[in-house]
Amino acid sequence: MHLHKYEKIWLGFGVFALIVFLSVVGVSAFHQGHTPSGGHMTIDPENVRGTAPFDEPGVHQREDGSYEVVIIAKAFGYEPSEIQVPVGEEVTFTVTSEDVVHSFSIVETNVNMMVVPGQVNHKTHTFSEEGSYLIVCNEYCGSGHHFMSTEIEVIGQ
Amino acid sequence: MEKKNQPQPSLKGTFISVMAVGIFIVLMWVSIYLLYIARL
Amino acid sequence: MKDAMISVKDRKLALTNIGVAYAAFLIGTLCGLLQVFIRNDALTLPGWLDYYQVLTAHGLLLAIVFTTFFIFAFFHSGISRTLGDFSPKVRGWNWAGFWVTLIGTMLVVVMIVAGQASVLYTFYAPLQAHGLFYVGLALFVIGTWIQGFALIAHYLKWKKQHKGELSPLFAFMTIATIILWVIACLGVVATVLFQFIPWAFGWTNGINVELSRSLFWYFGHPLVYFWLLPAYMAWYVVVPKIIGGRVFSDSLARLSFVLFILFSIPVGFHHQLTEPGIASFWKFLQTVLTFMVIIPSLMTAFSMFATFEMRGRELGGRGLFGWVSKLPWKDVRFTSIFIAMLFFIPGGAGGIINASFQMNEVIHNTLWVVGHFHITVGTPVAMTFFGLTFWLVPYLSGRRFTKSLQRMAFLQIATWSVGMLLMSTAQHLLGLLGAPRRTAYTGYQHDSALAWFDGVLSNHVTMAVGGSILFLSAILLIYIVVQLWWLAPKSDENSYVTFPIATSDTSATPAFLENWKLWIGIAIVLIAVAYTIPLSDMIQHAPPGSGRFQTW
Ligand code: HEM
Ligand SMILES: [Cu+2]
Ligand SMILES: [Cu+2]
Repeated sequence: MHLHKYEKIWLGFGVFALIVFLSVVGVSAFHQGHTPSGGHMTIDPENVRGTAPFDEPGVHQREDGSYEVVIIAKAFGYEPSEIQVPVGEEVTFTVTSEDVVHSFSIVETNVNMMVVPGQVNHKTHTFSEEGSYLIVCNEYCGSGHHFMSTEIEVIGQ
Repeated sequence: MEKKNQPQPSLKGTFISVMAVGIFIVLMWVSIYLLYIARL
Repeated sequence: MKDAMISVKDRKLALTNIGVAYAAFLIGTLCGLLQVFIRNDALTLPGWLDYYQVLTAHGLLLAIVFTTFFIFAFFHSGISRTLGDFSPKVRGWNWAGFWVTLIGTMLVVVMIVAGQASVLYTFYAPLQAHGLFYVGLALFVIGTWIQGFALIAHYLKWKKQHKGELSPLFAFMTIATIILWVIACLGVVATVLFQFIPWAFGWTNGINVELSRSLFWYFGHPLVYFWLLPAYMAWYVVVPKIIGGRVFSDSLARLSFVLFILFSIPVGFHHQLTEPGIASFWKFLQTVLTFMVIIPSLMTAFSMFATFEMRGRELGGRGLFGWVSKLPWKDVRFTSIFIAMLFFIPGGAGGIINASFQMNEVIHNTLWVVGHFHITVGTPVAMTFFGLTFWLVPYLSGRRFTKSLQRMAFLQIATWSVGMLLMSTAQHLLGLLGAPRRTAYTGYQHDSALAWFDGVLSNHVTMAVGGSILFLSAILLIYIVVQLWWLAPKSDENSYVTFPIATSDTSATPAFLENWKLWIGIAIVLIAVAYTIPLSDMIQHAPPGSGRFQTW
C-alpha cells in the first residue's frame, strides 16, 4: 500500500485535529466536570411517586447550599409545573418519567436531558442570567408531544 | 516495481482542496464549542 | 461491446427493487411536504391523519425503504455486471428475499396507516405499536439477509473459480457492506424478537427500556453506514469511469471499507450521550471509536479530489485548479454526484460536532439533527442514488437517456440542491436556537419560541420554502424515472446505456485486505470491548420493566 506524500500530510493533519477535539472535550468533561447528563440510579417506573426523591417533586435546597430540582415528566407535562431557582447558584436537575421517554431541555442552555422510564437522570447547571427560560420536551412522546413544555424562573437574590 | 521510480502525480490542487475542507471542519467545530462554553 | 450487459432476468430483479424504492420515495417526500407546512402552522391535517403518523411514514419510507431497495438494486446489477449473471438458484433466493422484505414493508405501512404504529422509525419503548408492526420490521431485516446471503453465495462461487485472485472492487465493496449490515442488524433483531414482540403481544409484561434503546443504536449507527457505503461505492468505482479516469488507489479504497466494518459498529452510544443508565466512561470510549470511523472518510475525500485532479490534468488542465474546468460538468451523471459530495462536507463536519461528547447537549434532538441527516442521507446519499438512477434505469430497461431528459435531470438536481440548502440551513440554525425536532406546530408562548418564526434563515417559513422546492424536485425525479423505465425511446446498437465501472489496478493491493475472517474477528472483538460491560450492567441492574403505552 502506497500513500502519496500529500495524503500523508492530510491524514496527519486530520488525525491530529481529531485528537485535539477529543482531548478538549475529554479534559473539559472529566477534569472540569462537564460530562453530559447521566445517572446510574434505577427506579420502578410504576412507583415513581413512592420513591424518594420523587415523592416530593420541586425545588429543594441541600445542606451545602446548592439546589436540587426534582422533576417527574409524564405525557404531556412536568411536575411541578412551576419552578423557581436563584441566579448564580448551582442547580442539579433530577428527572425521571412515569410513562414513556421524554426529554427535559432548557432552551438556550446546555441542559438537554433524556428522561427514560426506569432511570434517573442528573444534570448540574448554574444560571448566570435572570429571566424566564423555556423548557421543552424534544423526544417524541405521543400526540401531545408538541404541547409538552413549561418554564423556569431564574430570580435575583 | 516500476511505479516506485515514477514521479508522484501532481496533486497540489487536491491538497489545497482537502486542507480547505479540514479548515472548514475545524472552524465549524470551534464555533459550536464556543457556543457550548457560552451556555455553560 | 454488449458484453457489459447483464442478463434480462437479473435486470428485472434490479428494476423491481428500484420500482419499490421510488414508490416509497414518492409517498415519503409527500409526507415531508406536509411536515414542513404543519410545522409552521400553515396546514392542519384532517382528523383521521396525525402529524406523527405522517412523520413515522416519512422516516421509514425514505430512510429505510427507499434506501434499502435502491441499494439492493444497485448491488444486484453491479454484482451481476462484475461477477457474471446469477445462477437460477442465486436469483431465486434474491427474489425470495425481495418478497420477504416487501411483505415486511407492507405490514409496517399498513400498521402505520391504520394508526396502530405512530412510534416513529426509532420505535422507542415503552411506546407500543401493534405487534404486527414489529413482525413487519423483523421480516424486513430477514428479507435483506436472504438477499445479502444470496449475493455472498454468488461471490463465493466466483472466488472458487478464480482461486488466488482479488475480487473486483465493486464486488469487494458490496460484500463489505453486506457484512456490515448483517452484523449491525443483530442488535435490532435481538430487541425486536426478544423484547418487543413478546411484550407487544402481551406474552411478557415489562420491557427493559434502556437495553432496547442501546440495542437499537447498536444497529442505528452502522445503519447510516449501510446507506453511505453504497454511495461511496459509486464515488470510488462509478464516478472515475464516468469522467474517463481510473480508481485513484485500489488498496486504499479497500482499506477504507475495511475500516468501516471495524469502526462503524461499536459506536452506538454517541446517540445516547445525554441519557442515564450508561456510565460516562463507556460513552466516552465509544466517542473515541466514533472518531476512528472519521478517518476512512478523510481518506475518501482525498481519493475523490485526486481522481478529479489526475483526470483533469490528463485532459490538459494546468495550474493549481485548471483541472476543475476540464471535468465533464455537462454530464449530469457526474455533476449530480459531485454536488452530493459537496453536501457531505458540512454533513460530515456536523457529524463530528454531534459526536463530540458533551457538545451533543447543544444539538441533541433539536432541529439541527434534522438538518444534519438531510445533508448526509437526504442529499449526499440520496442524490448519489439519483445520479445512479439516471443511467441505471435506462441500462436496465433498455431505453435511452435522451437530451431532453438530461436537461430535466439538471433541473431536478438543481432544485434538490437549492431546496435542501434552504431547508437544512434553516433547520441547523433553528436547532441552535433550541427548536425541538419531531414536533408538529409548537405554539409555545415564549419569546425564545416566537423567534423560531421570525428570522430570515432561522425561520420555519424558510424551511417550508425549501421543503416545497424539494417536493417539486421529487416529482420531477419520479417523472424522469417513469420516462426512463417505460416511455423513452428504446436504445439500439449505437446508443445503449452502459454500467460504468472504472478499472482499478490491483497490482499493489495486499491480499490480506480480502481476508474477511480477520476483519470480522477484529470487529467482534471491538464490539465486545465497547458493549459487553455496559450491556450486562443494564441487564443486571435492570429496573422493573415498563408497561405498554399508546399515547398517540
Ligand atoms: C421532499 C423532501 C423532504 C422534505 C420536505 C423533508 C422534510 C422533513 C422534515 C421537516 C422533517 C422533520 C420533522 C420533525 O422532526 O418534526 C424530516 C424528518 C426526517 N427526514 Fe425528511 N424530508 C425530505 C426528504 C428526506 C429524504 C430524501 C430522507 C432520507 C433519505 C429523509 C429522511 C428523514 C428522516 C430519517 C427524518 C426523521 C424522522 C424522525 O424524526 O422520526 N427526508 N424530513
Ligand atoms: Cu414528552
Ligand atoms: Cu451515529
